[in-house]
Amino acid sequence: MRHPRLAPLARFGGLLVIGLGAFALLLLVFGRNPLRAYADIFASTLGDSYGFSETLVKVAPLLLTALAVAVPSRIWLINVGGEGQLYVGALCATWAALNLADWPRGPLLAVMALLGFAGGGAWAAIAGMLRARGWASETISTLLLNYVAILLVHYVVFGPWRDPEGLNYPQTTPFADGAILPAWPGSRVHLGLLLGLLAVAAFAFVIARTRWGLEMRAVGGNVEAAHRLGLPINRYVIVLMIVGGGLAGLAGMTEVSAIQGRLRPSLSPGYGYTGFLISWMAGGHPVGIVVAAFVLAVITAGGDILQMTQALPGSVVNILMAVLLFVVLGRPQARA
Amino acid sequence: MTSPTLSLRGITKSFRDVVANDRVDLDIRAGEVHAVIGENGAGKSTLAKILYGFYRADAGAITLDGTPVVIRAPEDARALGIGMVFQDLVQVLAFTVAENVALFLPDLPAVLGRAALAPRIAAISERYGLGIDPAAPVWRLSVGERQKVEVVKLLLARARVLILDEPTRSLAPHEVQGLLDILRTLKEDGYAIVLIAHKLAEVLAAADRITVMRRGRVVGSLARAEATEAALVSLMFEEPMREVVPSESAVASAGTPMLELSGVSVRAEAHGAGLTDVDLAVAPGELVGVAGVSGNGQRELGDVILGVVACTAGRKRLAGQDATHWPVSRMRAGGVAFVPEDALALAAVPQLSALENAVVGQGARYARAGGLALDWPAARADVARAFARLGFTVPSVDAPLATLSGGNVQRAVLARELAHAPRLIVALNPTRGLDARSTAATHRALLEARQAGAAVLLISEDLDELRALADRLVVLCDGRIVGAGRRGDHGVEEIGRLMTGGR
Repeated sequence: MRHPRLAPLARFGGLLVIGLGAFALLLLVFGRNPLRAYADIFASTLGDSYGFSETLVKVAPLLLTALAVAVPSRIWLINVGGEGQLYVGALCATWAALNLADWPRGPLLAVMALLGFAGGGAWAAIAGMLRARGWASETISTLLLNYVAILLVHYVVFGPWRDPEGLNYPQTTPFADGAILPAWPGSRVHLGLLLGLLAVAAFAFVIARTRWGLEMRAVGGNVEAAHRLGLPINRYVIVLMIVGGGLAGLAGMTEVSAIQGRLRPSLSPGYGYTGFLISWMAGGHPVGIVVAAFVLAVITAGGDILQMTQALPGSVVNILMAVLLFVVLGRPQARA
Repeated sequence: MTSPTLSLRGITKSFRDVVANDRVDLDIRAGEVHAVIGENGAGKSTLAKILYGFYRADAGAITLDGTPVVIRAPEDARALGIGMVFQDLVQVLAFTVAENVALFLPDLPAVLGRAALAPRIAAISERYGLGIDPAAPVWRLSVGERQKVEVVKLLLARARVLILDEPTRSLAPHEVQGLLDILRTLKEDGYAIVLIAHKLAEVLAAADRITVMRRGRVVGSLARAEATEAALVSLMFEEPMREVVPSESAVASAGTPMLELSGVSVRAEAHGAGLTDVDLAVAPGELVGVAGVSGNGQRELGDVILGVVACTAGRKRLAGQDATHWPVSRMRAGGVAFVPEDALALAAVPQLSALENAVVGQGARYARAGGLALDWPAARADVARAFARLGFTVPSVDAPLATLSGGNVQRAVLARELAHAPRLIVALNPTRGLDARSTAATHRALLEARQAGAAVLLISEDLDELRALADRLVVLCDGRIVGAGRRGDHGVEEIGRLMTGGR
């Protein structure tokens, strides 16, 4: 590369252009005007303060689920289980919200966050331990555990935790006020955004400055040498999976607390998978994660707009994200 | 006089601030083996990569049979009949020889005519005495045989100029002679051969013309008749090398050995030999050599001592303490250093700098605030001290190791491993692939560590090295110790016989 500083940026921009271009072709096939569609997306998300705030609402969980992929990917672990870890985190946080409802807000939110982290972490730890023992690939086990986690949430909201006054909707009773994350007045932008940004900053600091970051770079760079240097590779496998899963679980906690206010099966529009895409687009780089999370939040938020202005199904943006994922994975040396 | 087949004039190539090739002229003639020699980092490999289209020269011209040519990519080189055998062989292990060859051919048809290809491979194998079975899966072949497969590929693709980049680097001694014989036959058939090398004996045995490079420049080009070892050495090195004069070890015969293996066995992994019932002791201040052909348990021996693989039987003691089940970290903390061949694969992280590589295994020593910070100034001082003590310099301790030459990587690893006064040093072919000066520096470092009281286990294929340095020698064959003796007990033939399985 001739300009090592600019290369990641050029790569990022290139990926985006290819992805948006392919999606534009698809819109043309359906007889829609891609320029209009993109104009709608950007105008509705960046053009007015409400749209912008809704975009930020989506940035918050995406930062955390992207880190859930980026942290383990530092040592070549591929965590595809962000979605499931998010659901388990939400489930555990919900337990606290329902059972400790009379607690004051500060301690209750802290316990919910801790339980969310612990739940997601424990979910990922299963895959981490299987991998450390050499029994199963973490890629496969995290992917499959997604379905288990989502069905677990279905089970509690259809069964034991169903709101008796909820007209038979599969959802829990609404959370008490003390279990709701504070939001910026007049918007839905909540404390989770700050948590996400802090987590990215902490990730950057750990990688660049600390002993563990250096050791992670060594394990990621050459596992044979790291082994012979006496680094505890299996411990890193398990701990980084737990941290990654914990961050996704934290995203589940912030969603259920700040946005939903109760546990529902439709908790996440695929934040876990979008986080995977973000981490791979950013090459696991902290600044890149923030940028990519914002761009994909725009696309996610813009999907709703396309539904209204272009008479397209809202899920059409999933096609755009799939195209982007193809482009990201299609690179010869793609790594998260 | 034949006209040059391939002529390079004024080839210049810089990477950032480093001039890797500086106005290099080279004539490669049909029917000639042209050796290009020089220290690690002299620019040999860069020149080969320019010739094969991996790099583009900043300046200079290449002519083929008098016609100017431009080589932008390996495809161009192949179209011109220039082929290259790489240091690291690029083959699909799960495929057969014929399938690997088929992959390389320019006229690969949609439906593979394996039946047609096999006889062509067999014919070439016959012509040059390669002994290659087209139907054999590549993973079953030795490195030497796989190299021959590469040669077959090039010949079938109608290459006329063959570039071999340090082909003997990963060959066992008995395979080297075979390769040199093949080169001779190829030459007689009119192929032009470029042999990148740095072992003088091989070059003198095989080459018709020897070009010496130093710091990116051609400093001399001699016909075989004019070339002598002394003349080549004086061209390769600016200052005369310090000879390594081993002194008798200061080992106290009594006392606890630093390392003691008793009855150690290791299960054989995929391609290795494992270890069977190995007894071995190394005392402080003693340098014990382990002779043997690679693949006979050498790597397993190093790994079992380090704790990377577990003993399936037997016991391991470090300074009298039972260390059979110690993890690598505890062996390391107990003062065990490891200097392997190919440091970038087994000992160092290519993406990290020499400084970071020195810190990463020493977390406990340099961590501050419980690991939230690292004491870089202290580490930098330690690294500088370690380099100074060994008399090494490297271009930069802050550049990723991957950007340094092989010799400099090995220096960085040696300096790191010897920085904190190790009690036991396990060296596994530590000088393989190093030029003469780096080899001498490594030998000196090992001997100095021994003088300082460290126990040194030198596992090597290089008999000259072992005979020069080792106080005691054992021979490893097929995972067993098949012979042992003090310095001077064994003649070369005797050790060679034991190494190759003779009784």
